[in-house]
Amino acid sequence: MVADTSTHTTKPSIGDYLRNNIREYGLLVALVIIMLFFQFVTDGVLFKPVNITNLVLQNSFIVIMALGMLLIIVAGHIDLSVGSIVAFIGAISAIMLVKWGLPAFVVIPACLVVGGIMGAAQGYWVAYQKIPSFIVTLAGMLVFRGLTYVVLGGRPIGPFPKEFQLLSTGFVPDFLSFLNVTPDLIKNMVALVAVLLLVGYALYAGLRNRRINERHGTENEPFIFFAIQMAVIGVVALFLGFQLATYRGLPNVLIVMGVLIALYTFITTRSTVGRRIYAMGGNEKAAKLSGINTERLTFYAFVNMGVLAALAGMIITARLNSATPKAGVGFELDVIAACFIGGASASGGVGKITGAVIGAFIMGVMNNGMSIMGIGIDYQQLIKGLVLLAAVFFDVYNKNKGKG
Amino acid sequence: MDNIILEMRGITKTFPGVKALDNVSFKVREGEIHALVGENGAGKSTLMKVLSGVYPAGTYEGEIYYDGEVRSFSTIADSEEIGIIIIHQELALVPLLSIAENIFLGNEVATNGVIQWPQTFARTQELLKKVGLNESPATLITDIGVGKQQLVEIAKALSKKVRLLILDEPTASLNENDSDALLKLLMEFRKQGMTSIIISHKLNEIKKVADQITILRDGGTVETLDCHKEDISEDRIIKGMVGRALEDRYPPRVPNIGDTLLEVNNWNVFHQHHRDRQFLHDVSFKVRAGEVVGIAGLMGAGRTETAMSLFGRSWGHKITGEVTMRGKPVDVSTIPRAIKAGLAYVTEDRKQLGLVLINNIMHNTTLSNLSAVSSNGVIDERKEAKVASDYRSKLRIRSHSIYQEAVNLSGGNQQKVVLSKWLFTNPEVLILDEPTRGIDIGAKYEIYTIINQLAAEGKGILMISSEMPELLGTCDRIYVMNEGRIVAELSKEEASQESIMRAIMRSGEKH
Repeated sequence: MVADTSTHTTKPSIGDYLRNNIREYGLLVALVIIMLFFQFVTDGVLFKPVNITNLVLQNSFIVIMALGMLLIIVAGHIDLSVGSIVAFIGAISAIMLVKWGLPAFVVIPACLVVGGIMGAAQGYWVAYQKIPSFIVTLAGMLVFRGLTYVVLGGRPIGPFPKEFQLLSTGFVPDFLSFLNVTPDLIKNMVALVAVLLLVGYALYAGLRNRRINERHGTENEPFIFFAIQMAVIGVVALFLGFQLATYRGLPNVLIVMGVLIALYTFITTRSTVGRRIYAMGGNEKAAKLSGINTERLTFYAFVNMGVLAALAGMIITARLNSATPKAGVGFELDVIAACFIGGASASGGVGKITGAVIGAFIMGVMNNGMSIMGIGIDYQQLIKGLVLLAAVFFDVYNKNKGKG
Repeated sequence: MDNIILEMRGITKTFPGVKALDNVSFKVREGEIHALVGENGAGKSTLMKVLSGVYPAGTYEGEIYYDGEVRSFSTIADSEEIGIIIIHQELALVPLLSIAENIFLGNEVATNGVIQWPQTFARTQELLKKVGLNESPATLITDIGVGKQQLVEIAKALSKKVRLLILDEPTASLNENDSDALLKLLMEFRKQGMTSIIISHKLNEIKKVADQITILRDGGTVETLDCHKEDISEDRIIKGMVGRALEDRYPPRVPNIGDTLLEVNNWNVFHQHHRDRQFLHDVSFKVRAGEVVGIAGLMGAGRTETAMSLFGRSWGHKITGEVTMRGKPVDVSTIPRAIKAGLAYVTEDRKQLGLVLINNIMHNTTLSNLSAVSSNGVIDERKEAKVASDYRSKLRIRSHSIYQEAVNLSGGNQQKVVLSKWLFTNPEVLILDEPTRGIDIGAKYEIYTIINQLAAEGKGILMISSEMPELLGTCDRIYVMNEGRIVAELSKEEASQESIMRAIMRSGEKH
């Protein structure tokens, strides 16, 4: 039988491995190339400590929403309403903080709950009434935007109390400064130590995982790839950490983002919920007949998206220090583009958190780099559109080549 | 009759890592029905794709002679131009367009881009008459059954001045009446001088119509049998296909039947879409431990609907009736509850309903029972890999590892993955809906062996099948369904093709 390949279970060669995983390595390589390119054409402005800090602050909300959007897309849906949720949450946080004078520690959880409710309001129609998510969230996009205008009365509200602003403009304090070992160049020792610890842990965990895999006979990636990947990530992380340390240290947002990335990576790769979402996106009917409550899963994917969009909304509002009715316009497109650049499939069932995060950073670095270069918003959009198309074409091309 | 219309010489087609066709030769005489048989993966469909230009000239080695001339096709349009038309297993019709629109799709009767509807309808009517389909040309494809859709495909082929018609598994999803009608039509075409190539797994049908039979195995031609020179038996064909004589198509089993497991009483179900039409009427049956129980019936008798409505109300509405397991009433109102009650349902359509094709074997295996390989919602990957490996070796799933995607497996191995998934839920009763549809003879034997093992372990098996020999060969008891009712219950001794058909016919007269 042709399909019987049990007789030759040869180890895949390095070439085979590269071909099968070209997407992930390609994405990482693309990000590095894009970064180096802009570093070069902006005469080194891109990697300046201030700019790196800015890059993180400017893109954190896109990354955070991309985490939720990836789940939505993997589940086989789309959410167009996130930009409007961002605006609405900004508006109600302004009302609660500025008009009513409620403290931030009450407002922040309240906004997350409202975001969840907004997600639920859409998830209900998608999951239980089987209305296509494109339509439901298009409606949501209009409804929430309209509500934002209603709540704000068409005028921006601000400024916000200090403790709320810390959400996006705060930095992790340098509690290691008392050691007094900090060289002059390093202004924030915590940042450097944290990055060192993180890189060390990544290396340790990676090696341990390989060892366990070997013991259980699970396929490992070739060592050379592991080494190169670790080296690239390590060097980039240390460099960025060093640069941040010479400025104001680690932004709070970076910590929030890092924790969320880790959490969602875990959910998608290790948890039963994640597995079920991938199965549902791959074949909803088969998943349902396997005893998976697909309706509930879809519903919660939208609730989750709403909560993350609410968090992003607060970060943006705190950063701008003003709630405006036009906040977040077009964000949904950046977020969705990040997922697709990161290799998610529009038909569902395929996509990775790491891909979406790298995709978001590719978009972010391009935005940032092109702005520094003084390229107008018109050409920026044009170039971003072409990059999105190229990335997806790369996917399709690889897939067809694989089929032979 | 001895005029050779088509000859394929030394065809070799390789895919990365696999030689799908290896020096295949194939000769078809004008005006005959030529059957192409072989196990799944033997290369039948690949050969026909080479012939029809799906794989363009240059991507394979060898020559194609048609009417004595060398031809090379770079697109399907090239082969269609000289009258080679292929009808694929998955029909290429647009559901929401009419019969007429489908027949002339891409080939519209039009002047300057404006469709001439009167001519279109008139010509469609003519074509429909030729294929014996009594439907209005304006009827939408979605409103007619698969059998009629197949006829529309043939009418479409006729509209293109077909000389060599290739049918890939034309009767796979047809019931017996529709299959017979289709085969008669082919024989009618033969009288008019048309040549057909038919790919099929149904050897009894091939025996009925074929003039010559070419057998492929492992990408090579084994032999061509002439049905007019000698009497070709089904066993003779099978021998050629599997490379050995298959003494018994069904593995032997000594039934050891225990207590009643599943008992269903007065199961009444209304139609999923036509909501005031009752579809199942007072269906009652039972399955005992260690017993293989069959449900026979024609297409549309309500067998799949019985299974699906029982399995977490996946079909129908206004469902009433009583379900007990080991004598105790159980709740089967949702799929998770049905699984908990000890039921498993292996669907008839493994690609659409059984597997997540883009996921690997391991993920498919554990999908229905993830909680068994996880704690607090976190999957234990080692445990999961072990479970998948165990089932892979136990059910002899041929793959290079448990990480191979299900889409890349052959039909038989896919079915084994679906079985793994349900066995891992540790059910008491397995409902198998057409468990061997579209899989080759060797793999069928393996599936029967698995069924026997499960019965020997004390599980109850409820098997739905449209292949009567399969039911007769494996079941201890057979229920016969017709028009939503159980119309007979036959013991192994009473059951035969005749007794089953008689039960169906008699009940048809009553209602």
